Amino acid sequence: MERLIGLLAKLPGLGPRSARRAALYLLKRNDSLLKPLARALSVAAENIRTCSVCGNLDARDPCGVCADPRRDDSLICVVEDVADMWALERSAAFRGRYHVLGGALSALDGVGPDDLNIPALVARAGRAEVSEVILATNVTVDGQTTAHYIADRLAECGVTVSGLAHGVPVGGELDYLDEGTLSQALKARRPV
Amino acid sequence: MDWTDQGIVLSARKHGETSAIVSLMTQEHGVHAGLVRGGVGKRSRGILQPGNTVQAHWRARLPEHLGAYTCELVYAQAAVLMDHPLRLAGLSAACALVETTLPERESHARVYESLLSLLAAMAGDHWPADYVLWEVEMLRELGFGLDLGCCAATGETENLAYVSPKTGRAVSVAAGEPYKGKLLPLPGFLLAEMESVEDGQVLDGLKLTGYFLERHVYAPHGGEIPPARRRLVERLSRAAG
Repeated sequence: MERLIGLLAKLPGLGPRSARRAALYLLKRNDSLLKPLARALSVAAENIRTCSVCGNLDARDPCGVCADPRRDDSLICVVEDVADMWALERSAAFRGRYHVLGGALSALDGVGPDDLNIPALVARAGRAEVSEVILATNVTVDGQTTAHYIADRLAECGVTVSGLAHGVPVGGELDYLDEGTLSQALKARRPV
Repeated sequence: MDWTDQGIVLSARKHGETSAIVSLMTQEHGVHAGLVRGGVGKRSRGILQPGNTVQAHWRARLPEHLGAYTCELVYAQAAVLMDHPLRLAGLSAACALVETTLPERESHARVYESLLSLLAAMAGDHWPADYVLWEVEMLRELGFGLDLGCCAATGETENLAYVSPKTGRAVSVAAGEPYKGKLLPLPGFLLAEMESVEDGQVLDGLKLTGYFLERHVYAPHGGEIPPARRRLVERLSRAAG
């Protein structure tokens, strides 16, 4: 029991008290929740792996996105993390391929180009079918530093390198936006 | 105890689920870290970008505690420089250098003012030379100032072209000629204001300051020059061709 609570407490968003509540909740629903959860965790631990092409997490390698023949091979969208890729997939706005870097260059934490999945991206971008690489790294100093670094590395690949637009989000009110976003939005203004 | 001060964000590291440990270069309290609750949330993430100026309120039960910050944005410098690779590299290098060289909780008002001026200058075109001059100022503030007033060998004040890697003192062209392979080049813009500074001179300046930063500041503690500064030098070298 203590081991179960200890392990649950390691999950994001759970402390020792909430882990105890979750453990109790699971134990009271042994057949309907605890056993299926244990089976699902076991299956996930056995089968989910990192895609050798893009870095996504999936039960097969290459992953579902890389293996999908209906996707556009000429576009590669570069993201920092698997969560960013899933966010773009939820939008259903992008039908190309992805590449997960596994983080961003960090000024202080010692994350350098060799720690990221950049060489594989350069190799993929060099293939004849790829025409554009979209850099969808986070709009932070580290994220944009990473984007500029990748753009330099891709210069010799002969592909178009683009980045996501920055500015006012859908449903955003100007009064509530920070000055940084407003300045970016003004710089990226377009004719209406 | 608590205080309010203006500061420049040097770094923000995620702490736990929602908080961030933020390091600021403050006007009166020097490099000072603190916890920002909700610091990785949507509202705060944009504010806590390196280079941004914030109005910070620090509060803790005891002065030696980490304490908690509440930060309000004063000026979003990071957003201004984000689209320019070289300027962004300069911003990252300057913030990393301040965070890794200055002792915490020790007032360095001159460094605060000079960092603020440097970040403002980065919006212009001649900032690489300003960056080198700022690093020379940093060395002075850290107690390892270069002596570029006169030649260490002959005492002459004209035709200074080298710096001795042993003493950090300037050496004239004539006195340095036999040892020029061992001496560090001294770019002219460190001696007198120049209208335009070539990329090669900026790189010489970075080599000079980098040598003394490495030798006097980082090596004694087993540290290394921050990767951000190395990337700035690489980027400038590529730009210079």
